[in-house]
Amino acid sequence: MTPGRSSGAVLLAVDNISLSFGGVKALTGISFDVREQEIRAIIGPNGAGKSSMLNVINGVYHPQQGTITFRGEVRRDMNTHRAAAQGIARTFQNIALFKGMSVLDNILTGRNLKMHATFIEQAIYLGRARREELENRRKVEEVIDFLEIQHIRKTPVGKLPYGLQKRVELARALAAEPILLLLDEPMAGMNIEEKQDMCRFVLDVNEQYGTTIVLIEHDMGVVMDISDRVIVLDYGKKIGDGTPDEVRGSQAVIDAYLGVAN
Amino acid sequence: MQFFFEVLIGGLLSGVMYSLVALGFVLIYKASGVFNFAQGAMVFFAALTYVGLLEQGMPALLALPATLAVMVVLALGIERVVLRPLVNQPQITLFMATIGLTFFIEGLAQITWGANVRGLDLGLQDEPIQWVTDATGMAVSKFDLVAAGVAAILVTLLALFFNRTRIGRALRAVADDHQAALAVGIPLQQIWAIVWGVAGAIALVAGLLWGARNGVQYALTFVALKALPVLILGGFESIPGAIVGGLIIGASEKLAEVYLGPFVGGGIEGWFPYVLALLFLLIRPEGLFGEKIIRRI
Amino acid sequence: MFYREAGQFKTSYQADVAIFPIRQDRIAIALIALTAFVVIPLLATPYLFTGILIPFLILSLAAIGLNILTGYAGQLSLGTAAFMAVGAFASYNFMLRVPEMPILLAFIGGGTIAALVGILFGLPSLRIRGFYLAVATLAAQFFILWFLTKVGWVTNYSSSGVITAQPIVILGYTFATPAAKYLLVLSIVGLMALAAKNMARGNVGRSWMAVRDMDVAAEVIGIRLMHAKLLAFAVSSFYCGVAGALFAYVYLGTVEPEAFNLDLSFRILFMVIIGGMGTILGSFLGSAFVTLLPVLLSMTVRYLDSNLNLHIAESAISNLEFMVFGGLIIFFLIVEPHGLARLWQIAKEKLRLWPFPH
Repeated sequence: MTPGRSSGAVLLAVDNISLSFGGVKALTGISFDVREQEIRAIIGPNGAGKSSMLNVINGVYHPQQGTITFRGEVRRDMNTHRAAAQGIARTFQNIALFKGMSVLDNILTGRNLKMHATFIEQAIYLGRARREELENRRKVEEVIDFLEIQHIRKTPVGKLPYGLQKRVELARALAAEPILLLLDEPMAGMNIEEKQDMCRFVLDVNEQYGTTIVLIEHDMGVVMDISDRVIVLDYGKKIGDGTPDEVRGSQAVIDAYLGVAN
Repeated sequence: MQFFFEVLIGGLLSGVMYSLVALGFVLIYKASGVFNFAQGAMVFFAALTYVGLLEQGMPALLALPATLAVMVVLALGIERVVLRPLVNQPQITLFMATIGLTFFIEGLAQITWGANVRGLDLGLQDEPIQWVTDATGMAVSKFDLVAAGVAAILVTLLALFFNRTRIGRALRAVADDHQAALAVGIPLQQIWAIVWGVAGAIALVAGLLWGARNGVQYALTFVALKALPVLILGGFESIPGAIVGGLIIGASEKLAEVYLGPFVGGGIEGWFPYVLALLFLLIRPEGLFGEKIIRRI
Repeated sequence: MFYREAGQFKTSYQADVAIFPIRQDRIAIALIALTAFVVIPLLATPYLFTGILIPFLILSLAAIGLNILTGYAGQLSLGTAAFMAVGAFASYNFMLRVPEMPILLAFIGGGTIAALVGILFGLPSLRIRGFYLAVATLAAQFFILWFLTKVGWVTNYSSSGVITAQPIVILGYTFATPAAKYLLVLSIVGLMALAAKNMARGNVGRSWMAVRDMDVAAEVIGIRLMHAKLLAFAVSSFYCGVAGALFAYVYLGTVEPEAFNLDLSFRILFMVIIGGMGTILGSFLGSAFVTLLPVLLSMTVRYLDSNLNLHIAESAISNLEFMVFGGLIIFFLIVEPHGLARLWQIAKEKLRLWPFPH
């Protein structure tokens, strides 16, 4: 939304990514870039390959073709551990929280890469293990304050309503202090109030922490309001890339959404 | 060479017997998604009930349907007391419930009928078939051959049942998703009672054959444990898989014992099938005939 | 009325993460420790030590081991007893072949060997899950027992396959009396339980639970599945190995591989299920339950026999045990899948409100 924000350095670039499962082509020749501190939306009809694109970025899927450039390093593909270690965090379409643990514990798992004490040190719980545990607890409490979920911190995650679970998932991603945040339909299934809250959080994360955000979203109002640039996918191909206004006026995009035969 | 074939055929036929037990597993898993660890206990219980009734003076012709009736009652009881309260629980919970069931049934069987070893006479002798020995010089047991025949018939019937009938389709739906099946009006309780009843009948057949071969004793339950590697090889949902898996396990177990055993002091049969299954799992986690599990995130 | 937390608010994160945050709990634990370490040794009979308390403690340790693997990390295992056997026989061989070996070090050595074997048999877990893994652990159970029986070196070429554990001598003091053995086991189990609790509520415990609940998500947040799973197998097997060594040295005295058979594996699994999966307290509750039940049953049978002339054969008792265990497993899975530990939590909740109903 803020002009000039899309003119920072390129943080992430994907070049000519193709992904198929058996005979099904999920993505064909996708290229785009994401600049530091911008909010980039990916939109498109169901089955267009949006989630698959996110999965490629953080290493869950491995593309048959193309390269991924993150923080200057060019790679054939990512793996999940490296992605997490380099500062990519994400949320999922169908909530991927650890149902057996409390909210606090779930968010703490987001910080697992910041904790270096070995299991033996943790078993004794003196010195480094104890310091790390308390220090990370402090950081997590900051995230909990930020997302206003103090009242449910000890609740088992499985008992929470859908909207709050989504917020906890966001908290877990934020706890990792990511450079790039991938959000997969963060507002799905929410009512207007919840969506407004979530929008506010996303914008706050971007403004306060300078986190670059890539999000998949179906609600056009949200997309047009908060994103700096938009990518449009359809049947695994990119059919639009630009500011919200540019994309809104594009004929190809209008056709895709109205279902005109390709 | 002839000795090799003899061992091989003996192993194959013994493998068929494992398949019979595995069939019961597959049936229940295919139809309710439950991995019934208690199948072995059911085999034991069936065999013990049959000989117990015979001992009480009942004629064989009456004891057989009587035992079948007992197995059906057992199935109904299991459905009512164990399965119904656990509808839609995760698979691992149901699996552990069947472990509990195993112990319960084993205890019940021995309290009711006592723990002595008994023989079971089916009128079939474990003797070599004369004309085969005359023609090829190998000893192939009459008993084993009849067992193989019985298994073949059962397999064909079950395969037809699952793939061609309406109830078979309903069973497959239930195995996939309990709640969805309920939602479309499939009578879950009845279906489960039928399935476990049929599995009980299969357990009876397996129990009679195994009991006749090895005697009816507690060790029978360990035989049933051997069905687990069979299932791993053949996949948990495949009826032909249970047969093929059984053949492979039976044959390899015997061959390993005879040819590898002497080098390491014998007794390999106890663990060889499991290690084989383990190695197999590493290459193909879903078994020979199983379906690849794809998880979507 | 007594169990109120009013006035007990935490002013630091350290206070919040403490194992016993409520003052009444701390008092209770102090009382339990006092009873365990002082009162019981003064009052208990030798039978109480050797027949009930010592096996209860040792099997609790094994149950903690299994809980780490199955309850926290979600890797189902039916081979617990085999890892105990490794620990027992490895300790025996350390004592036998290393001159002047301190026995505690031998126990640790036994546990370490068990951990290594655990890692080996845990490798399949990287590809296999659920009941497939359970069957793989059966392979461990049968193979290990066969190996320990067949390979003569393990039992020092004893013709019967039975080994006699060496006497326990620490710093010149021989632990021979039941009370002394009890205190030794109590100390070891207490320390290891504390270590387990610390691990469970720390980063490694959370990683395990993450792997259990949704391993794909765990990978995405940076948890290495291989490390987490193999570590679970290693730590779990270490605990089972030490438990096995204690089982041989303190409880049985003379031991053969058969003592660690599939039946024992199932018993420990029952302890974990009935006690509560994924809790340390549950390991103790489950072990108490499984240890006491046969005692209770035979007491009941004897009472019925002498007072009501209801004669039940001795052989029937073990079968009754089977039936009761089996029935209780099913009962718990239906009514309270999280076992006695959750029932205890619920009881505490009610206690907080007492004497009010809600």
